[in-house]
Amino acid sequence: MAHAEGQQHPLGVYIKVWILLFVVSGFSYAVDYFNFQGYVRWSLILLFMFIKAGYIISVFMHIKWERWALSAAILVPPSVLLVFIGIMAIESDYTFLTRILYFGPG
Amino acid sequence: MSPQKSNTAVGQSAELKPGLVGLAEDWSSDQRAFKNVPWGKAMMWIFLLSDTFIFSVFLIGYMTARMSTAVDWPPVSEIFALSFGGDPIPLVLIAIMTFILITSSGTMVLAVNYGYRKDRKKTTILLLITALMGASFVGMQALEWSKLISDGVRPWENPFGASQFGSAFFMITGFHGFHVSVGVVFLLLIARKVWRGDYDTEKKGFFTSQKGNYEIVETMGLYWHFVDLVWVFIFAFFYLW
Repeated sequence: MAHAEGQQHPLGVYIKVWILLFVVSGFSYAVDYFNFQGYVRWSLILLFMFIKAGYIISVFMHIKWERWALSAAILVPPSVLLVFIGIMAIESDYTFLTRILYFGPG
Repeated sequence: MSPQKSNTAVGQSAELKPGLVGLAEDWSSDQRAFKNVPWGKAMMWIFLLSDTFIFSVFLIGYMTARMSTAVDWPPVSEIFALSFGGDPIPLVLIAIMTFILITSSGTMVLAVNYGYRKDRKKTTILLLITALMGASFVGMQALEWSKLISDGVRPWENPFGASQFGSAFFMITGFHGFHVSVGVVFLLLIARKVWRGDYDTEKKGFFTSQKGNYEIVETMGLYWHFVDLVWVFIFAFFYLW
């Protein structure tokens, strides 16, 4: 029983995730080392970042084994950040344009 | 998910119904929503949730500064390159720091595991290794900071490009480094308590006067993994972007 006393799981799960994190970090670094640019760079960086973050949260922080009451309380609220990111992206585009318009050369 | 019944140090057993019904029942239940979770762990999670918002706001602020500047952003890959005699290797120090932090996350998770097995010796050693790696991370960050400062990077200006670079860099990595430093202090405190056997004898804590037990190691682990998690995002958005 996983919850008999705290979060107890076989060591193998942790070791596997640990190795995986190492490998994926190596991939992230390789993106910079081999100097990928443009959309390839963006998508690779984001992909590796989400893989790492997902495994850390779900296995190392045990969210995978928690009841939904806890995991939902933790994972749902940060989703509002997506709205914030959207708002600030639009705003900074606007700022950028006005800067080009009023401070740019010519 | 299958229904499960269990007893924990929380002293309560609760049946879990599968899926959303279980979620709704937990949240609408009497007295406590987070069954089978010690209060310390629930509070750590709530703290980490608030910390998530703090770091997110920093990173979004950085995104806004970087997207809205009409001046070129400094070439991050070159600035953080180091050379060991030969050609400079891009981001090499950052890569080492990343691997150190991941390694320390691994030793932390093992410490949690051995803690629940009441293996005092292994838990203490693993906690000390984790703390040592955290300290070396902070040391390398100090090295990186001093290199940048000697290169003329300041929060208000730098010789490489957009002037917002300095403030974003010092603020974000500084706040993260502070988290790591605090984590190292607490890792050492808990390692000492584990070594002394406080969690076997259920010695009462000096601050909360609650009976100590090995769940605190898991709570500590949550904090440490969170610090690693934040670094994953900083590494991606600040150093690789």
